[in-house]
Amino acid sequence: MESVIDEIFGRYKQGRKEDLIPILQEIQEKAGHISEYSIVRLGSLLGISTTKIYGLATFYDQFRFFPAGKVHLRVCHGTSCFMNGSGPVLASLKEELGIEPGQTTRDGRFSYEVVTCMGSCSIGPVIEVNGEYHTGVKSDQIPAMIKRLKHLIDN
Amino acid sequence: MEARRKYLIDKVLLTASDVLPSEVERELQLIRRERVSIPVIYISSGTSSLIAGAGKTEAAVRAYLTEMETTSDVVGTGCSGPANFEPLVCIQLPGKNKLVFRNITEEKVDALLNAVFHNDIPDEDLVGQSGSKGFETWHGIPFIDDHPYFALQKRVILSNCGCYDPSSIEEYIARGGYRTFVKSIRHYTPDEVCEIIEKSGLRGRSGGGFLTGLKWKYALNTSGSGKYLICNAKESDPGGYTDRTIMESDPHRLIEGISIAAYATGASTAFIYIRSGSDKATETVRRAVSQARDLGLLGHNIYSSGFNLEIHIAIDAGAFVCGEETALIRSLEGRRGMPELKPPYPTTSGLFGKPTVINNVETLMNVPLIMKNGPEWFGSMGTEGSSGTKVFALAGRSRFTGIVEVEMGTPLKTIVEGIAGGVRDGKEFKALQLGGSTGTFITAGYLGTGVCFDELREIGSGLGAGSFIIIDETTCMVDLVRYYMDFMHRESCGKCIPCREGTGRMLEILDHVVKRPASDDAGTTLERFKGVMQLETIASVMKDTSLCGLGQNAPNPFLSAMNSFREEFEEHIFDRKCRSNVCRGLRTFTIDVEKCTGCTACASKCPVNAIYGTRLQPFFIVEDKCIGCGACHDVCKFSAISVK
Repeated sequence: MESVIDEIFGRYKQGRKEDLIPILQEIQEKAGHISEYSIVRLGSLLGISTTKIYGLATFYDQFRFFPAGKVHLRVCHGTSCFMNGSGPVLASLKEELGIEPGQTTRDGRFSYEVVTCMGSCSIGPVIEVNGEYHTGVKSDQIPAMIKRLKHLIDN
Repeated sequence: MEARRKYLIDKVLLTASDVLPSEVERELQLIRRERVSIPVIYISSGTSSLIAGAGKTEAAVRAYLTEMETTSDVVGTGCSGPANFEPLVCIQLPGKNKLVFRNITEEKVDALLNAVFHNDIPDEDLVGQSGSKGFETWHGIPFIDDHPYFALQKRVILSNCGCYDPSSIEEYIARGGYRTFVKSIRHYTPDEVCEIIEKSGLRGRSGGGFLTGLKWKYALNTSGSGKYLICNAKESDPGGYTDRTIMESDPHRLIEGISIAAYATGASTAFIYIRSGSDKATETVRRAVSQARDLGLLGHNIYSSGFNLEIHIAIDAGAFVCGEETALIRSLEGRRGMPELKPPYPTTSGLFGKPTVINNVETLMNVPLIMKNGPEWFGSMGTEGSSGTKVFALAGRSRFTGIVEVEMGTPLKTIVEGIAGGVRDGKEFKALQLGGSTGTFITAGYLGTGVCFDELREIGSGLGAGSFIIIDETTCMVDLVRYYMDFMHRESCGKCIPCREGTGRMLEILDHVVKRPASDDAGTTLERFKGVMQLETIASVMKDTSLCGLGQNAPNPFLSAMNSFREEFEEHIFDRKCRSNVCRGLRTFTIDVEKCTGCTACASKCPVNAIYGTRLQPFFIVEDKCIGCGACHDVCKFSAISVK
């Protein structure tokens, strides 16, 4: 993990504050989340205090400070999906997994996030599971879906 | 490959005359696939197509071709518009018009290709034929341009969308692309370009409606070096996806627009600020930029004109407020994306304190067209104060959804009833919302209003960034207003108090309106009513005192719903009823004793054990315990459970 982060830092110049967000994005993409180690190292690379970096990273929704689950779900909650029932879908997901959006279950299997619009407004609500799309999802399908995913992870 | 590139540069891009020699034109026809010797299969592959399963369709098509040992070209195109038709497949047989088929999921591929290759065109799933001069038409098959979805549109910006392979710069050049840019930098001064754009009457398409040419002139006339141009592709409204679709389908025209704009404003660095999560659009634009660089269209001293330009791509990190220009600039500088007071405007002091012009995707897409066809051509479209066309993303409860483009001045009714095909499932139309999560609601009585800046302002609405949401009777307005307020509350940056606190308090009060109170004594109704009265006060304070557009416009949906749908609010507050049966806290269910068979399915599903009864006897629901979740309603096979 640390070598990945060092490799990313090697490609950026020192002290350019405007690189902060791109570097954080790249760390998240390669390492899965922003660790304490990466924030401390980033602080010395760019000459910014770690508090400032943490303050910036928490401002933006994109950044995660814990690893995502093995299965990461993205639930569309745009206006069309909302009108077609993404609210109950989210409520059912929350109940089934016992976590809020952006969190990861304790066993590290699941995490989910809410996105504003995927652009498939005719076939919503849409859920993306590790790159695969489920359309027209209903709240009562969620328990079965989670069960199936659990089975997939375990095997 | 290298030879073809050189050919395109020398014979096409650097040719001064508007008409190309016929042998070059014939060569370009080949690249444009207007003369094909083998069948070509076009598969739309934008994000909405991929969600509908276009990836699997493409794999199935390739598998079929390999199995049958048929030589055909498979081309991934952008999105042509109607999202209901995805995955959309076009088949072009040599010498004949293209045939357009809709909803071709993987299992339909074999049968379709088999039939078409044997000249037996299946009626099912066929949308129509499309073609230009010189092709043989199919008899008895309608043209897709006559389909109501396309017939009422005027596709200028979207003219290339869905027609070519966005990953091929050669194809874009063969369609006349980049010639305008090369001509602009070699034959016009920046002043002249600004003049042409100003004369055309092009106004910013992101809501404000400022004259684009004038904005450019301000930046050009500000002294100093190192100016910037930013293309705002942030578009984070729930329900808005026009910019993303454009970038996925026609990235090169956007780059051409950015390049001309940068030349006109004296900028040598440009940024495209794309919303996070739009992976496909980012990938497409990134590839397009590197192709343009390879061809020498970007870089140092472009085609010996003395003009330098570098385009960078920045990905937003997930904050709605960064769509606001000053917040966007802060975010690019590596700071928290919080808006700042204006003036100074970005054209005087923007990114890193340098003069910066920010235009949105749709505005920049118009630029190459205006430079090519002249300002008079652009001015001839639309109305007096609003020239040109407008792209919308149809969403919500309409029959058709997707990207559409109409001429300015087109009545809203034409879009709602004509292009969108009215409301889905035969339901009643309730309202239309333009301008995304901060837009107002337009009721049926105002649908005669034309799509243009001034007419919409008169009825208290605005064009916004392009979301066009159709709301029907199944949507509860109170619930929808609460949804928008929840979104705004989460996205408020927290810098100014009216917005940070105001959105929170408004959400709290709206929550009380849609939720079941803990105790139901007489006082709670009065409290709720007082809360709603306060909502109006909070809304007016937010409108007057918030720092940026987010806070100032956040109360808009509430104010406009209060204005047009006051009786729905009153029903929620006093009668505790939701006429659309959406608000969970306000509904209770009853079991019809005639229909109930006593199967116990509902009782076992009820999360709060509110359903009692004896097996094979009618069951009943205890109202005080019921939380209105509707689980029993969904599980009942005998339709015995209904909303009370």
